[in-house]
This record gives sequence, C-alpha cells and structure tokens, in this order.
Amino acid sequence: MSVFDAKTPDGPLAEKWTNHKNKINLVNPANKRLIDVIIVGTGLAGGSAAATLAELGYNVKAFCFQDSPRRAHSIAAQGGINAAKNYQGDGDSTYRLFYDTVKGGDYRSREENVYRLAEVSTNIIDQCVAQGVPFAREYGGLLDNRSFGGVLVSRTFYAKGQTGQQLLLGAYAAMNRQIARGKIKMYTRHEMLDVVIVDGKARGIIARNLVTGEIERHSAHAVVLGTGGYGNAFYLSTYAMGSNVTAAWKAHKRGAYFANPCYTQIHPTCIPVSGDHQSKLTLMSESLRNDGRIWVPKHKEDVQAIREGRLKPTQIPEENRDYYLERRYPAFGNLVPRDVASRAAKERCDAGYGVNQTGEAVYLDFAAAIERYGKEQAHVKGLDENNKELVQQLGKEVVSNKYGNLFQMYEKIVDQNPYETPMMIYPAVHYTMGGLWCDYNLMTTVPGLYAIGEANFSDHGANRLGASALMQGLADGYFVLPYTIGDYLADDIRTGPISTESPEFEAAEKNVRDQIDRLINSNGNKSVDHFHKRLGKIMWNKCGMSRNAEDLASAITEIRELREEFWKDVKVPGTATEYNEELAKAGRVADFLELGELFAKDALERNESCGGHFREEYQTPEGEALRDKKYQYVSAWEYVGDPSKAKHHKEQLEYHNIEVKERSYK
Amino acid sequence: MNLTLKIWRQKNAQDAGKIVDYSLTGVSPDMSFLEMLDVLNQQLIDKGEEPIAFDHDCREGICGTCSLYINGRAHGPDTKITACQLHMRSFKDGDTIYIEPWRAKAFPVIKDLIVDRTSFDRIQQAGGFISVNTSGNTQDANAIPIKKENADKAFDAATCIGCGACVASCKNSSAMLFVSAKVSQFALLPQGQVEATDRVLNMVKQMDEEGFGNCTNTGACEVECPKGISLENIARMNREYLKASLKA
Ligand SMILES: Cc1cc2nc3c(=O)[nH]c(=O)nc-3n(C[C@H](O)[C@H](O)[C@H](O)COP(=O)(O)OP(=O)(O)OC[C@H]3O[C@@H](n4cnc5c(N)ncnc54)[C@H](O)[C@@H]3O)c2cc1C
Ligand code: SF4
Ligand code: FES
Repeated sequence: MSVFDAKTPDGPLAEKWTNHKNKINLVNPANKRLIDVIIVGTGLAGGSAAATLAELGYNVKAFCFQDSPRRAHSIAAQGGINAAKNYQGDGDSTYRLFYDTVKGGDYRSREENVYRLAEVSTNIIDQCVAQGVPFAREYGGLLDNRSFGGVLVSRTFYAKGQTGQQLLLGAYAAMNRQIARGKIKMYTRHEMLDVVIVDGKARGIIARNLVTGEIERHSAHAVVLGTGGYGNAFYLSTYAMGSNVTAAWKAHKRGAYFANPCYTQIHPTCIPVSGDHQSKLTLMSESLRNDGRIWVPKHKEDVQAIREGRLKPTQIPEENRDYYLERRYPAFGNLVPRDVASRAAKERCDAGYGVNQTGEAVYLDFAAAIERYGKEQAHVKGLDENNKELVQQLGKEVVSNKYGNLFQMYEKIVDQNPYETPMMIYPAVHYTMGGLWCDYNLMTTVPGLYAIGEANFSDHGANRLGASALMQGLADGYFVLPYTIGDYLADDIRTGPISTESPEFEAAEKNVRDQIDRLINSNGNKSVDHFHKRLGKIMWNKCGMSRNAEDLASAITEIRELREEFWKDVKVPGTATEYNEELAKAGRVADFLELGELFAKDALERNESCGGHFREEYQTPEGEALRDKKYQYVSAWEYVGDPSKAKHHKEQLEYHNIEVKERSYK
Repeated sequence: MNLTLKIWRQKNAQDAGKIVDYSLTGVSPDMSFLEMLDVLNQQLIDKGEEPIAFDHDCREGICGTCSLYINGRAHGPDTKITACQLHMRSFKDGDTIYIEPWRAKAFPVIKDLIVDRTSFDRIQQAGGFISVNTSGNTQDANAIPIKKENADKAFDAATCIGCGACVASCKNSSAMLFVSAKVSQFALLPQGQVEATDRVLNMVKQMDEEGFGNCTNTGACEVECPKGISLENIARMNREYLKASLKA
C-alpha cells in the first residue's frame, strides 16, 4: 500500500540519515517565504519546530491551548535528557544509545528512526547550551551527568529537577526571537478542533478561540501536530489537566493512522492516590532511583503494623526489608526500566505488602544515600566521619542539592518529610508511546500532515526509557522535521496562499460547529468530569498495568456504552461564545471516549506481552513479559466510521543491526 | 471541614465584577486548593449554575498557569509554593477564604479569576533570548566551561515560572522581579554577553510600555514569589541597565 510506506532510506544504518539529507528536495530561501506552515503545539517538539522553521524562512502559525507557549506540558519534565556525548568516558556511543533504546522499547520500535535519534542527540545539548540553558555543571565548569533506568552509562543531562522547564524555556526563547521578527504568528488560548484536507493534502485547521468562543479557519501548505500524549484517557495521570488527544484523534478521523494506541507507560515512582477528590497524580522523577532504594517489609506483620500506625518504616531493621528490585534484578537493581519497576511494585502490593492505607504504595528510601554522601563529604572536608549528626547534615545537603525541589514537592503534597522518612510511591500513567503513525520523514498517512514529539509513535517501541522523550521532542523539532518537511514542500513553491473559502474548509467548520452545538444543547444531568472519571476507572482497571483478554473485551463494551451515555446525558453549562472550560473539556472527553475503545481493541489484538503492554496470559514462569516474534510489527489503525470498525494495518519491524534477544535486566 | 468562600465573579473583561459568597462543606485537609474549587464547581454545575473560571494546568507548581489571590496573598498563605500546590490543611474548619484574580493594569481580567498575562510574553519577545540559530552547527557544549557557581545562579534565576505573583503582590504592579530573572540568567552566562546591552534596554522599555509600575524596593515580590527568585536579580538588572545606558 502506497500510503503506508515507512520510506526508510537505503544504505548502512550509520549513513542513512546523512544520505537521506543529501538526497531530499530542498526549498530555496526565497521560496520559503511563499510557504506557510501551521504548527499545533508549542511543547518541546512543536516549539523547537516552530522556531527552526521560522528561522529557515517559512511563515509559521503556531497554536497552543494554554495562555503562553511557555506553559506546554513539557515544562513539567523533571529528570533529564539523554545524549550520547560520552563526556563521562564510560563507553557511551551513538550505537549504545541506539541499542539501549531499541532494547528498552522491547524491540517494537523502528530501527532507522531510533538510530537517527541517537545520532542527533549530541547536537541537542550543543544547541541548548548555546541558547543559554543552564544545565547542571561540575566544579570544573563542565557539564554533569546522571544515570537513568535501563542503561549502564551516565548520559543524562539535567537541570536539577526542572530539566523540561529549562529546555522548554530555551525553545520558547527561540520562538520569541522569531515572533519578534514576525516569522511566527502565535495563537495562544486556541484549540485545534479539526484538520482540513484539500485534494488529499492537509491544508489547514479549524481552531476555537478559547476566550471568545470564535471558530476560526487557518490555512497553510502543511500542518504539523506536536500536541503531546493521550494518557489523560485514564483521568488520573501525571499529565497536565489540559493534555488531550483531540488534535491527534481528529487527524485520525481524517485519515491519519493511529499506531500502537495500547502502548502506555506507567511510571513506577509517583505519589499514591489520596482520595476521591484527586484530580491528578504527581511524578517523583526517575532520577531519584539513582539514590533512592525501593523496598517493602518482608513480613506481613510489619505491613499490618505500619498500616495501623503502630510502626514506622525507619524502625524496621535492614534484615526485615525486601529490596525487591535489588533482589530480582541484581545487575540493574533500582535502575531497571520503568515497565519492569512498575510491575514489580504491583506484584508486591497485590501480594499484600503495600505500605499505606489502600495497600498501594511502596517505599523509596534515601537514608542509605544520605549516609553515604555525608561520609564522603566529611572525608573530603577533613571532618569526623563518625559524627552521626554531622554526617546526616552533610548528606542531606548533598541530597537537597540534587533533588531539593522534588523533596519539597513531595512534602507539600503528602505532609511528610522525605529527608527523615522514606517516600511512599506507586505507579501512575505517565506517557504514551503510541500515537499517530508516521514515516521516516515524520509524515502521517495524510500527505502534508506531520506528527512530532509524543504525538507520534516512532521511537520508543513498547516502553520508553527515562530522559528519552525530551530528546525525541527536540530531535524532531530542531533537527529532523526542518529537513524532511522541505522534501514535501518543494512541490508547493508555486501553489500560492491556500484559500480558506473552499468547500472543504466550509465542511470542516460545520463539523466543528455541529459538535459544539450538540454538546451545549445536550441538556443532560451529569458533568463532563463524571464521565471522564468513569472512563478512567475502566481504563485503569482493565487496560492498565496488566491486561487480559476477558477484561479487554469487556472494556470495549463498557467504553462504548459510556460513550453513548455521554452523548445522551452530558451537561455542559454556559454558552459557546465565551470562555467556557466545561465545553472545552467536553470535547476532549468525547474524543477520549473514542480513543479508549481503540486502545482496548489494540491491546486485545496483541496476544503477547511487550514493554508496557503486559498481557497476563503471556508471561514467563518468573512473571516477566513474554514477547512473541509473530507480533513484531507496528499496529496502525485506519478510521472507517467508528473505533470498533477500525481497520488494522501492520508495519513489519526488522532489525538488521541489533540482535533481537530476550530483554533481561538481571 | 466547612468553609465560607468569597470569590470574585466577573462575566468578561467588560463586566464590573463582584464578590459572591459560597459555602462548602466536607472539605478534606488532603485536598489541594484547586481540588477544593473542583468540588465547588461540581456542585455549581449540578445546580445548573456556571462554574468558577480559574486558570490551571500542571497542578504541580511548574507551568505557572494558576494565579489566585487568596486571602490577600498571591498563591495563598503558604510560602514558596503556587496555588495549585497549596493544600487545605493550611486552613481550618470555619474559615472564610477570599479568592480573587491578580490585579494589575497590565493583567486585565478575562473572566472570574482568569487574567491576560500576554504582556509577559511580549517582554520576553523584546529580548529574552540569545540569537543563535537552531541549526545544529554550534560548538561542542563543553567548549566553554562555566563556573559552577555562575551556572547555579543562572539556573536559580531561570526557574521563574512566569506566574505574575510578583506583579500581583507589588503595590506598584511592577514586573521587575520577573524581568530581572531573565536578564540575570543571561548576564551570568558567557553566551549572554554579546547582546547584553540591547537585551536589558529593550526588555525594560517593553515592560514600561505594557503599563507595569516602577520598582520602589518594597521587596513584596520576593516574599510572594513561589520560586524564591531573589531580589539580587533586580540589583543585577539595575547594574546591567546602568552599564547599558552608559554605552548606548
Ligand atoms: C511529570 C513528567 C515528567 C517528565 N519527565 C521527563 C524527563 O525527565 N525526561 C524526559 O525525557 N521526558 C520526561 N517526561 C515526558 C516528556 O515531558 C513529554 O513526553 C514531552 O515533554 C512531550 O512534549 P511534546 O512537545 O510532544 O508535547 P507537550 O509538551 O505535551 O505539548 C503539547 C502542546 O500541544 C498543545 N495542544 C495539545 N492539544 C492541542 C489542541 N487541540 N489545540 C491546540 N494546541 C494543542 C498544547 O497547548 C501544548 O503546547 C515527563 C513527563 C511528565 C508528565
Ligand atoms: S519572579 Fe517569581 S512571582 Fe514573578 S513571575 Fe517569576 S516565579 Fe512568578
Ligand atoms: S497549575 Fe501549573 S503552576 Fe499551578
């Protein structure tokens, strides 16, 4: 099928990207001025793409639903960004980063894309430093690194616990420079509600001005979606409240295939749910696993005593603690990949060892790290290493320097001091590896429609390694899309401006207005959140950390029923011609209710376990994910009228440069 | 616990707006402040009334979207946190809580508790960047070592989340802390030196044009800043400005 060609270039792996760049069409600078590009999303992916395309000379229109591009969800990323710089001289290389990422993704990602990602990773750090991003440094003035899960080298660059913020502010600054030059026109508090396709090509979008409620038509020669992930389908997640699937889903309904929707990352270290009022979950960065040790009590009596408040975790002696990750995975210990760490926590909690009231929490303990650092500091400073108080104080200083803001965040939410008592953590929905299918050029199955960052599916397979999403977002936006989009736009230098008066724009606008009218006039009895929470429960219980055929089949039915009920009984207050958050939320939940069904369908089709997709029927005797060679493909779903009817396409995955092995972290 | 809430309601920018009273029961101390508002909104929706519009997104203190003036303080009674990080355990049963939007000429109200802060973006557009192309042809990141102390200070300044609490807390509605945070970040780094003169002059000019007031050194901004951005940054910006004015 012609639309479904990954277009990966020929030649040896290490030369593919360079060869490809040498061969693709370019648009000369004078002609770029004649070309308009719409970029939806100003996170790391969209922001970096907007800045770069504008700098190259294209006329960019950028959109985000927040009040400023600086507030995209990327701002919340904490731990760091990977790059194969090998500054630590610990044997890192482009190949090793490529290898770790493919293995981490459980051999379900596209080899060529991942290699390119590893290849451009080093440029990202150079670029960001040039922009003034204040990464952490060592005393000698050079850049510092830390380790993340699933790897044996230190390749993660960071800015305390605010790496995403610093990188996004870098991209935001680059955008600001282009806004000032008039090359980017920024539309904030705007929500894209449809893609417009003219003569088979993406030529614009319909957006709603969230302040006035106006429906606007915007045209361009190409449309880029950098609209992030869809984890909020689970209601509770570490995503920002506004993160949604709407842009990607509307694109899907207009012909873009949706790939691997069931690949979701459940992050092992998040603050546990505290009650029904909970609106979101907060991540405690994976970087904490560099120094924190994860455990539960060995004995159920201790668990009971803790839950009843009769015993404190600090009172449990070493020999009565089960450091289950260190026990099960001695090679990687606390730094196993996320999917493995999350399942292991669930396993302990399901077995009755959870340490909070709900039985859904494990400890993340810094006592050992505080002592180790304290002794080291005392030694360096020539002070008494046996002075317990001093060692504690020095150790806490080091830990505070590394993770201060995370500890503060934890304390504010839980009201416990993690310097004195171990943190309590539990897995939560955090990232979606699935997304819009795209080829090597990042183009979806709709010509002229691109997907970048978390919105696409390309690089992480069935499980993403920590610190790789930031890398991918910036790689796509700064270094990949700006080349590949030229190949497509080269044909458009004589097209001239795209009119918004065509029947296609008319029809798309009507489509949007009809949905809004339906929502506003539905006069039901239940709020949008009511439905969102119910959807979340189905997703978490039946499509969450572990799945089975029976649950998935019933999830499909339940979600469909919930969707029907939503359209009959949802209540949206206010009008469509004013600021109306409930209306915006209603549109997003309507799309989650469709995506949810496809999600479950995809998980049901994949009769294997891989990465974050764990099917109870397919596991090794030790409870590890059991992959099946038969499923070594990308599932790309085509929309044909209803999620239940989605047509299944397969992109076979081949690995020529890496041996497909059992993924072991023992 | 049970609370009386006095909340600013304003239909749109043109509306005069007024404080409206609500009472809320059964609030748990473990709720965040915004979750408490969610509960109130749910009740309003169920009763067929319009929910209270307020800005929020990350709900973990990093995006800078939430902007509530609670009992006369930006982001509420606790220090060094944003409104979304505030928990109801900071209040007690029977409390009356006033909730208002940021008030400043440069931050007009859009609806209820939501204000327009695009003036902040325009200040950044006037010079809050380093003019390097995003081409990938930059030098190796480790080619310029930077003293850890300076890198750390630059980072501290760069942690500003652009929330506007400094402006809301200042009796003059000055944006000095916000602007100085960006100017300082670049002033502390070698990469920022080339454009230092224009940057500070242009950003300050834009700040004035947006209608922010003058700084009279009251220090209220530092007290209420959720990220602990220090007044030192204002001093540094003043030095930069003076240097730049002499050159210009
Ligand atoms: C708490 C947390 C910590 C993380 N830490 C790390 C880390 O340490 N390292 C790492 O590598 N990754 C981390 N991640 C993952 C990473 O942050 C994200 O995957 C990444 O930032 C996504 O970037 P993006 O540009 O694709 O999308 P986003 O940053 O989500 O941006 C989406 C953009 O699209 C816009 N948008 C969405 N829908 C619409 C619409 N319909 N109309 C208009 N605009 C729209 C939004 O306004 C926004 O501008 C973390 C994630 C979380 C939740
Ligand atoms: S300086 Fe502080 S108060 Fe002002 S915008 Fe920045 S973070 Fe908010
Ligand atoms: S909602 Fe993001 S800082 Fe409060």
